[in-house]
Amino acid sequence: MKVIDFVEGIKKISKKKINIMEFCGTHTHEIFRYGIRDILPENINLLSGPGCPVCVTSEEDIDYIIFLSEKYNFGIITFGDLINVPGSSESLNHLRAKGKEVIVVYSPLEAINIAKGNKDKNYVLIGIGFETTAPNLAYTLIKIKEENIKNLYFLSLHKLTPPAMKAILDRGEIRLDGIIGPGHVSTIIGRRGWEDVFNRYNIPFVIMGFKPEEILYGIYLLVMNIENGKPSLINAYKKSVKEEGNEKALEIMYKVFKKGSAHWRGLGIIEESGLILRDEFEDLDIKRIYPMKIESKKNPLCKCGEVLRGVLKPIDCPLYGKVCTPETPKGPCMVSSEGTCSAYYIYGRR
Amino acid sequence: MEDIILLSHGSGGEQTRKLIEEEILKYLGNEILEELLDSGIFNIEGRLAFTTDSFVISPIFFNGGDIGKLSIYGTINDLSVMGARPLYLSVGFIIEEGLTLNEFRRILQSMSFASRECGVKVITGDTKVVERGKGDKIFVNTSGIGVIERDLDWRGRKIEEGDLIIINGGIGEHGLSLMLQRLGVKVGEEVKSDLAPLNSLTLPLLSLCHGIKFMRDPTRGGVAGVLNEIARKYNVEIEIEEEKIPIKDWVKYASEVLGIDPLYSANEGKVVIIVERGEADKVMEFLSKHELGKEGRIIGEVKGKGNRVYLKTRIGTKRILDPLKKDLLPRIC
Repeated sequence: MKVIDFVEGIKKISKKKINIMEFCGTHTHEIFRYGIRDILPENINLLSGPGCPVCVTSEEDIDYIIFLSEKYNFGIITFGDLINVPGSSESLNHLRAKGKEVIVVYSPLEAINIAKGNKDKNYVLIGIGFETTAPNLAYTLIKIKEENIKNLYFLSLHKLTPPAMKAILDRGEIRLDGIIGPGHVSTIIGRRGWEDVFNRYNIPFVIMGFKPEEILYGIYLLVMNIENGKPSLINAYKKSVKEEGNEKALEIMYKVFKKGSAHWRGLGIIEESGLILRDEFEDLDIKRIYPMKIESKKNPLCKCGEVLRGVLKPIDCPLYGKVCTPETPKGPCMVSSEGTCSAYYIYGRR
Repeated sequence: MEDIILLSHGSGGEQTRKLIEEEILKYLGNEILEELLDSGIFNIEGRLAFTTDSFVISPIFFNGGDIGKLSIYGTINDLSVMGARPLYLSVGFIIEEGLTLNEFRRILQSMSFASRECGVKVITGDTKVVERGKGDKIFVNTSGIGVIERDLDWRGRKIEEGDLIIINGGIGEHGLSLMLQRLGVKVGEEVKSDLAPLNSLTLPLLSLCHGIKFMRDPTRGGVAGVLNEIARKYNVEIEIEEEKIPIKDWVKYASEVLGIDPLYSANEGKVVIIVERGEADKVMEFLSKHELGKEGRIIGEVKGKGNRVYLKTRIGTKRILDPLKKDLLPRIC
């Protein structure tokens, strides 16, 4: 079947005015990249949820990293987009420009080589991402232990997707009629990983892939589900997502991490929504070594929180496109290419 | 112990002399450079093109080339797309102490090969050495002078509605291959930079087709960047079609995994050509017979007045193709 057939199919069966939310940054990006919002009938409203791990990083966490660098001279090892996320007053990018050591790596294992090569300096590896990246970081942490590296610590900003979904649904700020289930996260947690959310809220839920055909097919299934009033939890991405997920990845993830509270931009602190280090890894846990309560200043004009919850569209933010652009992001949703504001801006929804 | 470059190699004394005479001249020497005067002296007649570029790429040896070749071809290409026949180059090295002499020799050898291949001479140069940690192995600056035959200067030709946009082959290869290499991904032989000198393509093509109205090599910012520059500079709207853009399979795959659109990824052996519709077949025929143009395609057209670039996606929707808004990957050229 072609894209046009799915679109025609959707138009034929879609009657109600509905809100559908995606919870994965790659879906956000692909939906904008292919102009999928433009070819759907007007009664279907696609909303982007908190699906980009960089975008949900809180000001407090960025400020804490800056504090570690400025106060204790830790070298910071992190992944690409995080360095552009603004904290209260500056980003890691500013920190680096001021001469502090901030190293961007592509693979967490690089951190081990950096620490080994500079034994007289202490480093913190910042772990960020959802269920998709956490197993990889868990593997790195096991390696750090095995190799007995003493000058490399870890800060976990890892977050879990189902609790964020629950938080949005519990707030009730928007009425959601259907959910686009994140393809990548589902490869790890499986269809099974969503049963809890589905059973609690009984909203049609379709796990889908990332090609435009796959997204439109998934939306077709969602609309059908919504229209016939019989919500179900469907895996429409079977080539990558198994019922039980990736058990090996989950095993290594929970060998190193356990569930704990996490601070989400826009959603605040959510219990059991993050991954923190287990006690066996406490000697690597920078937060246990330097516990620090950070009082961050928030930019009152930045509407990333509302955008992440689907309450506002980026164009409703007073900063959007004026002072906040991908070149000079004021909020994290404009930083990552998977952020809603960035996708809006780059793909021309001015 | 392996010989390495030391600060003293840049101090202007005996070791500097040895480095220049025994290494640099050995590879890049010619009658003008060998005079070793403060300036290279030469005669050129005609309209001249002059350009400069600095190269800070990491790693310095990469799949498909190295900083030596890149620094020669990069400047050759900037001249070639303007219709200028490259003649003379200057070369400036900034070396971080600790670079091994063997690495430096490999770079020189590569530059020697590249400059002979393109028929250019390095006629003046400079070498500085900085302390460890103040550079990254080696930075190279090259400037180049070329001469433009009258008919090859496309600047006066007006870009209009209906003109076609052509690219000479698969896009995004330099940027994405570099990224994979930096990630340490094990890749097959086909995964490499498209680094190549364009003079053998652009100069004969420009003398063959006087309907060519624009040429630029889409390096940083990629094809999307160049098209946006054209749209703004000449006040035209451009539309390209996703399905017509040549992209190698490995580039597609890498771009999906890394989340980088090949349209924004750097190229080092590609040229974006705008030609009047009536001459497009002639351009395509020429490209089909040229080593660097076999995969060439018409990818879109000029739609009329405006200042934006649009992409028709493969599912038939149309969206803005914005210029790159941030660095995808630093230090790729």
